[in-house]
Amino acid sequence: MADQKASTSIEAVESGLAAQGYIASRQIATAVYLSQQIEKPILVEGPAGVGKTELAKAIAAWRGMKMIRLQCYEGLDEAKALYEWKYAKQLLYTQILKDKLGEVLGGAQTLHAALDQLHDFGDVFFSKEFVEPRPLLQALEQPGGCVLLIDEIDKSDAEFESLLLEILSDFQVTIPELGTVSAITPPTVILTSNSERDLGDALKRRCLHLHIGFPEQRLEERIVESRVPGISQALRRQMVGFIHEIRSLDLKKLPSVSETIDWARVLVLLQATELDTEVVKDTLNVLLKYEADIEAAAPQVTTFIAKAARSNVFG
Amino acid sequence: MRENLHRFFRAARGVGVHVSPAESIDAMRAVAQVGLSDRTILRDALLLTLAKSQDEKLALADCFDLFFSQPEPRQDQTEAGSEETASQDPDQSPSSGSASEAGEGQPPEGLGPLAQMLLSQDRNTIAAAIASASGTASLSDIRYSTQRGIFSSRILDAMGLQRLRDDLDALTATNPALAERLRAALDALREAVRDTVSQGLALYAREEAENLRNEILRNAPLARIERRQVAEMRALIRQIARRLRERYSKPRKRQRRGHLDVRRTLRRNAAWGGVPFLTAWKRKHRDRPKIVALCDVSGSVAQVSDFFLLLIHSLHEVVDDVRSFAFSSHMIEVSEILEKKSPEEAMAEIMSKVGFGSSDYGSSLVDFEKDFMSTLTPQTTVIVLGDARSNNLDPRADILRRISERSKRLVWLNPEGRLAWGFGDSEMPRYATFCTVVRQCATAQQLERAVSDIVATYQ
Repeated sequence: MADQKASTSIEAVESGLAAQGYIASRQIATAVYLSQQIEKPILVEGPAGVGKTELAKAIAAWRGMKMIRLQCYEGLDEAKALYEWKYAKQLLYTQILKDKLGEVLGGAQTLHAALDQLHDFGDVFFSKEFVEPRPLLQALEQPGGCVLLIDEIDKSDAEFESLLLEILSDFQVTIPELGTVSAITPPTVILTSNSERDLGDALKRRCLHLHIGFPEQRLEERIVESRVPGISQALRRQMVGFIHEIRSLDLKKLPSVSETIDWARVLVLLQATELDTEVVKDTLNVLLKYEADIEAAAPQVTTFIAKAARSNVFG
Repeated sequence: MRENLHRFFRAARGVGVHVSPAESIDAMRAVAQVGLSDRTILRDALLLTLAKSQDEKLALADCFDLFFSQPEPRQDQTEAGSEETASQDPDQSPSSGSASEAGEGQPPEGLGPLAQMLLSQDRNTIAAAIASASGTASLSDIRYSTQRGIFSSRILDAMGLQRLRDDLDALTATNPALAERLRAALDALREAVRDTVSQGLALYAREEAENLRNEILRNAPLARIERRQVAEMRALIRQIARRLRERYSKPRKRQRRGHLDVRRTLRRNAAWGGVPFLTAWKRKHRDRPKIVALCDVSGSVAQVSDFFLLLIHSLHEVVDDVRSFAFSSHMIEVSEILEKKSPEEAMAEIMSKVGFGSSDYGSSLVDFEKDFMSTLTPQTTVIVLGDARSNNLDPRADILRRISERSKRLVWLNPEGRLAWGFGDSEMPRYATFCTVVRQCATAQQLERAVSDIVATYQ
């Protein structure tokens, strides 16, 4: 019974994402389904441009939720990711309330009493009023839940990971002056990483680990179909086949799905009906981002086109 | 199934995927969600919850396929169990008459269940019996390849080998042809059991075996590593380098902020009447690591320096400012080779340029002083790797003294044991006077500690 439900719900995830123009493989759909069921973040790894960030956007659009994005970089800290005290506002208020301050303290007869009153006063300044919520805290405070995208976590420092741990496992943060803020509705958390550095075990342990690689040919064709509607089926097959040949080369930066889509758009603009050496050579710079890569690929173009055409006949 | 999942986690640990109790709970929860009927979904769910990297995913996928290709032992256990009880029936004594009547085709009456099973040649039944016997013999406890024999015989015993032997003895006298057939079948069975045990070893024992091997390797003298172990040793050194990199590659930013700098804070906020809008903090001063490595690659220490260069190679990723030099009788800079090429290529190139010669520390140090002395600053740590055996040539310890004076620290790592220092042509005691630290560095573990200490002084 439960099994039946699971496989249909996984299909539901697949079609839900597809409606947003995100063609997910079975693995991706399973990951999204599971993360919902057992309330765990997903850590998505894979080369650049295979749709890691897109996945978060598609989930948000599909469920009609807000997406909150935290872009990670070296030196990102608590103050920029979680919350910050509005020091300036606090100072400004003290200045404005100076007279009030005198009144408050004026009533006190002894130094001790004045200190007590000052203590109460201090608590006012360290209240929710003066907290500036940053993406992580914002995500916890969304009443209807949200999709929290922590993008390129591998770019941040190792300490930042530790900061995330509480949020990832319990969906809460502890602010020393205020206490613990728990999520109203646990957000769906997607972390992405290009594996620039190895992430800590503690972080990995708290997440489902999803690896998105380059898609299989059929899947990539479907992705192009959904993203670039104007392209003919024959051309689509041919170009995807061609790109799969290119990926077998030893290049600095292999073309990924986003390049495929760009290229498909370019081909549509050029009103190409099929690949030929001329068109490919003119547009190779859309696929390959390094001069050295283009030089390496250029001599192979004719062979690859022929191969792609042949695989069409049999595929 | 719960039992089976636990066995799978064990197998997963075997292929090097770390499965902690918390992770196994996650996996259980995931499995409870997706159910067991759909193998591909089950596989995906387990890969998502257990594997933490793409490599682990591949390993785990293989492990999953291997694991679930086995028949499930639990199902057949009752069946096989009843057969076993039947085998203990004492009243079944071989009667010679019926055996000879049965002829070639039908297995004769009065034989033990194992004999009958073997003679009937029903592969499925035999496989199921092996599986259930492996359960009885708790094959999943196997750890080392030396235990193969024990587990094989345990499984065979559980299947009723004793009874089969009696049957064989009886048959040899009464029906030699049938005995021959049975003996051949028994050989085949032994082989099948051996395969099962090997599979079990592959599934359950990899982690322990690997740990043990790594432990041995870590403490093995680098100079005496056998050829077949070199690749494993390289992997181990790379692992060490990765660990060092993780520990030291990112400077700890927050710790660098010291106390409030009152003077600068006040000056900065003069415009606001001294109300401290902007704060200024004192910074703790920290040296940027600078390392200069001098590596002896002469014939006597070539293998050690091979590993050392490998570690230096990865050190280039941890520390921005590393310059490496290699020498046997003269010295060249190899930083660029180490940075640009893959470890194997770099090693080969360095060895072909200066390697395997007879060492001459004196003239190598002269080379260094002439061309590279200016690379040394008061922040530099100089590491020398060598046995300090200079073939009785002038050691030029005076140059080492000048190197020591120009740098922050001078660390000498010697692959020879302390006992050998100073004997024969070893100039170690003379050099040692100018070194901040002199260490024996003959095993991977010592190498790791030494390098870790060096990097740590800068943290």
